[in-house]
Amino acid sequence: MGAYTMRCSLNLLVPVTVLAASVMGLAQSRPYNLGTPLSQEEIRGFDFMVGPEGKELPGGRGTAKEGAEIFAKRCALCHGRNGEGGSAQRLVLGSPGNPHRGPFKDTEKSATSYYPYPTIAWDYINRAMPANKPGSLTPDEVYAVVAFLFYRNGIIQESDVLDAKSLPKIEMPNRNGFVPAVPVWPPDPKKPSWF
Amino acid sequence: MDSNRSGRRRFLKHAAALAGLASGAVSSASGQSAGSEAQPKDVHIHGEPSRFATTLGSGRGVRLRLDHMTYYTPLQDSAGIITPASLHFMQTHSSRLPDIDPQQHRLTIHGMVDRPLSFSLEDLKRLPSVNRIYFVECHGNGSSTLHSTDDPKMGLPVQYIHGMTSCSEWTGVPLSVLLNEAGVQKGANWLVSEGADEGKFTHTLPLAKAMDDVIVAYAQNGEPVRPEQGYPMRLLVPGFEGPSSVKWLRHIKVVDQPYMTWNESMNHSIPRPDLGGKSRWYHFEMAPKSVITRPSGGLKIPGRGFYEITGLAWSGGGAIRKVEVSTDGGRSWKEANLQTPVLPKAHTRFTVDWAWDGEEAVLQSRCTDERGEVQPSLAELYRNWGITDVASQKTSRAIHINAIQPWRVDRDGSVHDAMFS
Ligand code: HEC
Repeated sequence: MGAYTMRCSLNLLVPVTVLAASVMGLAQSRPYNLGTPLSQEEIRGFDFMVGPEGKELPGGRGTAKEGAEIFAKRCALCHGRNGEGGSAQRLVLGSPGNPHRGPFKDTEKSATSYYPYPTIAWDYINRAMPANKPGSLTPDEVYAVVAFLFYRNGIIQESDVLDAKSLPKIEMPNRNGFVPAVPVWPPDPKKPSWF
Repeated sequence: MDSNRSGRRRFLKHAAALAGLASGAVSSASGQSAGSEAQPKDVHIHGEPSRFATTLGSGRGVRLRLDHMTYYTPLQDSAGIITPASLHFMQTHSSRLPDIDPQQHRLTIHGMVDRPLSFSLEDLKRLPSVNRIYFVECHGNGSSTLHSTDDPKMGLPVQYIHGMTSCSEWTGVPLSVLLNEAGVQKGANWLVSEGADEGKFTHTLPLAKAMDDVIVAYAQNGEPVRPEQGYPMRLLVPGFEGPSSVKWLRHIKVVDQPYMTWNESMNHSIPRPDLGGKSRWYHFEMAPKSVITRPSGGLKIPGRGFYEITGLAWSGGGAIRKVEVSTDGGRSWKEANLQTPVLPKAHTRFTVDWAWDGEEAVLQSRCTDERGEVQPSLAELYRNWGITDVASQKTSRAIHINAIQPWRVDRDGSVHDAMFS
């Protein structure tokens, strides 16, 4: 009830929170006591977003050879044989042993060699691909198709094994191709907004 | 989001007929409900506009592609500052919209928090709410390639060039309330949010912004947020590039660094000559921008005499302080009247009186926001980015374009896009 009166009279958020805690006599730490606590097990069931350090990568492993087979079955339909493009984007620029080091034209960005971190390919393919059945690949399969794409882009050797340890260590050819090096907030107040 | 990656516009269509086709393509997770057999639709339940009420014969403009749907707000017919939910622009990275039952939907907050929590729509509605007017703009809005035209006679109307901005009254819970409820841990300074769409749209947000004015919105203009806008709940990140405002919001993870996920790295960065060909990361805030919505490209004014010129101005950096209008191609400028309310990070409506003498005229507007930042011309903007040959840019995609939009009025009264001529 306290919450309802406050909603009408107060717009500022901080006072609402502080007031609620004291007025409603709840523990300071959880002002409204709403929301359902999540167990670690529940979190593991949906926590698939992987950051640039690859901390969240699961167990499993794969190589480019294994990936070639999976790619032909699950991905080539839209991305073309070996990822050279079809109804969906081309995923390859450069060639085995010969990575494209930029500069990139806008139309070339969809090649995985554009990504500043190797984890980006893993994370996106794991959650969003294949587009006709997102999230259906096993971790082994994702490691394998990523190995295949990185091999075709000249980023790794055909025999390299990718897993939670080796994948984040891959130095991407476009690692230093971004300004600033990582997104920064707040922006430099001396720089105009077009920058 | 990028609506115009070059070479991928195979599904470009202007036909309003497609609108019906596409909005029928809603995927149903729970199967078809029994009551949905071909009952004739009662148009009065939600109301429909008069079939005579639109200038260009359609509501939203449409471009459909294999992996994208884009619907453009018909700015040429807009009045005031609020965009009806049914006309709010939409850009998605999927070919189907999620069809979410709120009973099944939960928003989770996890990662670097003391108490990972999940919230239902009902939970959100019990929490203290705010109600604010904000624009949402796609960072690809006004991009150079959007000026390419399929109709060489008239050029594209304003909605296909600038119609990826809309402005609504959003109601929801401040994200800071939810984050405080979960207890953000020391060392956390970013969030990553994921939507429940097929493409798992994901974006990073600075924690400082999240604690400032971000809303988890469940209502828009007095009704539940529509499926196209993220039903049952979405992020609304005031002033930031559209993609930050993740729709069908389902997971928020509190982290200690920007995650630079696929959408952000691939779609929301752009190589730039002034940076030696390196790519600029996304800008967060949208730059100050204005556009004359009437008269505008594709329209025809009936003859000489009095016209009120009207348009919209907005800035991700705060409120609009001033709008100037030129009717002689930028030689002279006149300060426009700003209609109230003038709100930060919201569309602001401006008007100026004009008497047309029947001669060729070029109409354009430029705005200044509360930080004193002035909207640039296209040439200025490109010069900043190290591009001198402006004409060459017509076919190359760019994001974050806030350049002045010139409209040329010919002696027959027809109005044309004059951005590149
Ligand atoms: C049914 C068609 C389809 C299939 C099958 C498919 N994809 Fe895709 N893929 C797409 C589309 C469409 C996009 C673009 C999505 C967007 O723009 O939002 C895409 C995007 C991608 C991207 C991002 C490219 C970029 O622009 O950076 C990668 C990487 C990718 N797919 C990998 C895969 C892999 C690996 C497989 C097989 C496991 C696969 N895809 C299967 C349709 C498909």
